[in-house]
Amino acid sequence: MNMKIAGTGLASALLLMGLASPPALAQDSTLQTVIKRGQLICGSDNTKPGFGYMNPKTGKLEGFDVDYCHAVAAAVLGDASKVKILTLTDKNRFNAVQNGEADVVFFHTTVTTTRATAVGAAFLPVSFYDGTGVLVKKADQIKSINDLNGGTICTTQGSTTEAVWADYIKGHKWDPKTQVLTYQDLDKLFAALNSGRCNAMTTDKSALVGWKGNAPKPDDFVVLADTISKEPLAGFVRQGDTQWHTALTWVAYALVQAEEFGITSKNIPEMLKSENPDIKRFLGVDGDLGKDLGLAPDFVQKVVGAMGNYGEIYNRNIGPETPYGIDRKGSLNDLWTHGGLMYSPPFR
Amino acid sequence: MKAGGSQERYTLGDHVLQIGVVLGAIAIVLGLAASVYIGLASHHIPIDFSFLSQVSGLHLSEGLTLDLSRPWDLVPFSSSDTNLQALILGLYNTLKVALLGIVFSTLLGLLVGIGRVSPNWLLNRVCLVFVDLVRNTPLLIQLFFWYFAVVLQLPALRSAAQFYGVIASRQGIYTPSLLGVPAWPDFWWAALASLVLAAVILRLTRRPGARAFRWPGIAVIAIAWGVALAALGHPLRIDLPVASRFRASGGLAFTPEFSAILLALVVYTAAFIAEIVRGSIEAVSTRQWMAAYALGLKRHQAMTHIILPQAFRILVPPLVNQYLNLAKNTSLAIAIGFPDLFNVYGTVANQTGRSMEGILIVMVAYLALNWLISLVMNLYNRRLMAQGAR
Repeated sequence: MNMKIAGTGLASALLLMGLASPPALAQDSTLQTVIKRGQLICGSDNTKPGFGYMNPKTGKLEGFDVDYCHAVAAAVLGDASKVKILTLTDKNRFNAVQNGEADVVFFHTTVTTTRATAVGAAFLPVSFYDGTGVLVKKADQIKSINDLNGGTICTTQGSTTEAVWADYIKGHKWDPKTQVLTYQDLDKLFAALNSGRCNAMTTDKSALVGWKGNAPKPDDFVVLADTISKEPLAGFVRQGDTQWHTALTWVAYALVQAEEFGITSKNIPEMLKSENPDIKRFLGVDGDLGKDLGLAPDFVQKVVGAMGNYGEIYNRNIGPETPYGIDRKGSLNDLWTHGGLMYSPPFR
Repeated sequence: MKAGGSQERYTLGDHVLQIGVVLGAIAIVLGLAASVYIGLASHHIPIDFSFLSQVSGLHLSEGLTLDLSRPWDLVPFSSSDTNLQALILGLYNTLKVALLGIVFSTLLGLLVGIGRVSPNWLLNRVCLVFVDLVRNTPLLIQLFFWYFAVVLQLPALRSAAQFYGVIASRQGIYTPSLLGVPAWPDFWWAALASLVLAAVILRLTRRPGARAFRWPGIAVIAIAWGVALAALGHPLRIDLPVASRFRASGGLAFTPEFSAILLALVVYTAAFIAEIVRGSIEAVSTRQWMAAYALGLKRHQAMTHIILPQAFRILVPPLVNQYLNLAKNTSLAIAIGFPDLFNVYGTVANQTGRSMEGILIVMVAYLALNWLISLVMNLYNRRLMAQGAR
């Protein structure tokens, strides 16, 4: 039987019996739900140093992705602290937006076609350009990815990395006995690498740098120079909520645009007095851009005032001053004006 | 409705009530199904099983699957196989752990349980400590213990010693195996067939009249093997594992993940089975012991001939519960990366986005597995009871 007919039949049967309240098909946009609730529920991670990580020193959840959660709260509710962070795993992150548990997820997630279609994620602009890399123990004498042919490669369950490696092993005609082991989360993965069960830990390079940086003896580990896939990382919301998706898309762009304009969390008061019509419109001094998005007219001020621009978020969490030291200069994550890919469409 | 000899009669009202309860239950199930369906539909996720025939693009670390064009043969998995084959591989791994787990936990549980009623103080206490320790800590934590603190602490492959052909390393445990040379692919089928044949002969020759055919029958099988082996030019040899850089080749290989999950399940379940065994032995009347001793039997003779056969009749029903728990607990394997059914389901669901369909399949598979275990054990139990009634 056609599933749709079956579903409609079931639904009408239930309605007749008066057992079910009418399905809330025409529901509010998540934007209204969040404003009514007065709190944003944002899915993130607690096992990726630099991106979403429970810092044992401060006892706080910190990182690049976590800062994006706060930025969205600042934009939607005018207060960066009005956010509840839901810690997810690689496997349940998509379900969390599908069933409405989280309003938005920033979880180190690669944009792929399947995820944008069958998985039902509506992606926001790319927040970090990454690639699959490999972390090995220095003692193992592995110099390049080719040395791993026939070895045991470990990654996390439900990541794109898993599929990337299957293709790589097949495409490069490696020994089919090469093992790809998958663990539930990165700390088990790192423990397995450390114990020698895995010859290589593989995931996005940024995460590898984080684990190396956090290791008791970082110098025992090497991140190989090879990159075997492109992994553009972005936050996502559920599909079918255009208003919410559009609003958050432009919140993400605003972070990049603020950096391009040279607006930082420190110089915002002076910038408000700027005569530049582009900046005036961007900051909500002139015009109605914020209102049209369903946000406060001054949402950019709130976001940048609380969290800083893209560059500030980057430097605070993963930049050269941090233990992870992921260089930004000239990388894909630099502003387009410096040869990178960070680019915001104009706010007009 | 059997009223069991009482004079109870059901009134019309009772029938209406019962029909109402049944209809209500059906309505609740339909209601849940509909709300799931509507919920998914409102998120633009219709239920669709076509992902099963799509290419999985996965590289799974161990296990065999069915070649769908040759469904009698188990083959290694390749990334161009379908999602269905990936799930079959998961089921294969689950079955492997569950079956071996049931066999070994029963043996260990029996030994420990008998040890618990032993008059030997030391043995008794050792078994008590084992049971208490194992029963009172969570299985997941034991699993991590076996994996990270035991199996992964074995020496690395390149420094692991070979002991009578066995290599125990953190890359895996390797043992010698019997191998057909140059290629006798059907060796295991032939071995299985002769075992089945031998069992059939033993069964058919139970009657005193047929007893004379028993050993000649078995001898015929043995001679057939001898002739076949000679005719094929001694095609069997012991295959020793040889360590290379990343793994050993040859022999039988047990991965660390498989070894750890099996160890954890066997030890954990054995502790519970031991308590069932102890309870069943203690439930047999002490007069049975006395009667056995009066006949001049020694303690171990009394145990094997008098007490255990009676204890078995008490033991089987609660034992089934432990088997069912063991079968379900295999799903914890996900925590250490062993690709059991639940683990593979997670991976497939993540690559295709089909979690709802996948979880339905997984639930049906576990249900079928547990029904099968119950069925086999119930048949066995019925036979046991029938024997006792004779």
